[in-house]
Amino acid sequence: MLASIVGIIERDLRLAFRRKGDVAQVLVFFVIVASLFPLGTGAEPNQLRAMGPGVVWVAALLAALLSLNRLFAADYADGSLEQMLIAAQPLAATVTGKTIAHWLTTGLPLTLLAPLLGVQYDLPAPALGALVASLALGTPVLSLIGAVGAALTLGARGAAVLLALLVLPLYVPVLVFGAGAVGAALAGLPHGAHLSLLGAFLAFSTVFAPWATCAALRIALD
Amino acid sequence: MSTNELELGERASRGEWWLRYAAPQAFFPLASRLIPYFGTLAVVFALAGLYLGFFVAPTDFQQGDAYRIIFLHVPAAWMSMFLYVVMALWGALGFVLNTRLSGMMASAIAPTGALFTFVALWSGALWGKPTWGTWWVWDARLTSELILLFLYVGFIALKASIDDPRRADRAGAVLALVGVINVPIIYFSVQWWNTLHQGASVSLSKSPSMATTMLWGMLLMALAAWMYSIAVCLARVRLIIREREQEMAWMRELGG
Amino acid sequence: MNWGSVDAFLHMGGYGLFVWGSYGVGVLCVVIELLALKARARRLGGERA
Repeated sequence: MLASIVGIIERDLRLAFRRKGDVAQVLVFFVIVASLFPLGTGAEPNQLRAMGPGVVWVAALLAALLSLNRLFAADYADGSLEQMLIAAQPLAATVTGKTIAHWLTTGLPLTLLAPLLGVQYDLPAPALGALVASLALGTPVLSLIGAVGAALTLGARGAAVLLALLVLPLYVPVLVFGAGAVGAALAGLPHGAHLSLLGAFLAFSTVFAPWATCAALRIALD
Repeated sequence: MSTNELELGERASRGEWWLRYAAPQAFFPLASRLIPYFGTLAVVFALAGLYLGFFVAPTDFQQGDAYRIIFLHVPAAWMSMFLYVVMALWGALGFVLNTRLSGMMASAIAPTGALFTFVALWSGALWGKPTWGTWWVWDARLTSELILLFLYVGFIALKASIDDPRRADRAGAVLALVGVINVPIIYFSVQWWNTLHQGASVSLSKSPSMATTMLWGMLLMALAAWMYSIAVCLARVRLIIREREQEMAWMRELGG
Repeated sequence: MNWGSVDAFLHMGGYGLFVWGSYGVGVLCVVIELLALKARARRLGGERA
């Protein structure tokens, strides 16, 4: 089981490597969105610092959302997804592997880039640490939940917007506690509880999201 | 009929009579007969609830007569959440039993649920303005209600985007189940977020201390909303049954 | 009874706009829902028992 998951991760990473532009696009979008807010609200430092956690988190969320249809679309289009469905290894393993690969090419880069954006919002070091920690725990959840949405909207009309509509409400708890962790760190308050909850969301979605994604894939491909 | 429905039909003739209604054609006349009863009950309960709410319940000490909005707002909010759960249950049933009717019932419930959510939000805003001074209050209940509206709209949009009705039903069922698991999580998150950011300001959740008449008024209105929902959803599912029959007939004709 | 006159009832202690604005929209939603069902039935072409 583990070997097949690793195999899928390797495959997807190799494919993503051939299209580095896609990964870069997500990061550029992240930076652009985070830069738009001061332009919209004015660059007063205290205001920026107060909204920094929320803005960086929302930007990361939207960037992750944009990359979701990459998860299954290419394999769906060329028929490899059907092959995966009838292959020997369990679909759940395939789905988990693809989700991990997706996170490695979106969530992880976003998490690593986030401190730079945090600095743009004048977040102090403890807040930056909380930002990285919360994104490290939260972005995998975004990939896991997003995979369910991507599977449900496979081949549907207007898939991209529909995907956003389906998935964004489900992202709310992650956003609330992720940005909340950074906000607490900013105020000098402990944020261990926020991170623990994010960890709980991660554990919960690791167990349940692949099941829902498999069900949705089978529905789309039957 | 699907093979499952044939099996259920056999089980029905062997004693589990209620399963006979799993086939849409059998359910249709039953629905038609039930609608007038539920419609009448809805009107009766509504009249009773509104009478209690407007003519028996006293004026509130703090909020004046503005509080009477709760006789609409709270039942609408309860119904919006209840209908989402019922919708998810029908979806789950369709998944497990593979019957067509279950998916149709879920489709029938969604628009009614969305409307109740909207009414809850609108009446919440109109209650908030005179009571707390702003048209929108980011309190836990209203914000969760807003997200619930997004969940309903997403469900309706997903079903609308898939052409094959059986596939649409199954996809909708998965989405509704994911949603129903998330709703308590979302509510909990928003509540926590709200206590953190509201600070001193009071939230709409602190309704006036309930006199018995007020509680009864809300309960009667909730019953009215429930009866109304059943009547309307039965009416809608009849239309869905007919629509799908027509579609199948056209497909057969085209197929030759 | 709470109200001295029809006028007082409509006035709702000064909150008439909010109270009737809420119930009005509620009634409107019910009407819209029922009309939409009727329109959908008409599009299907006539009633069936």
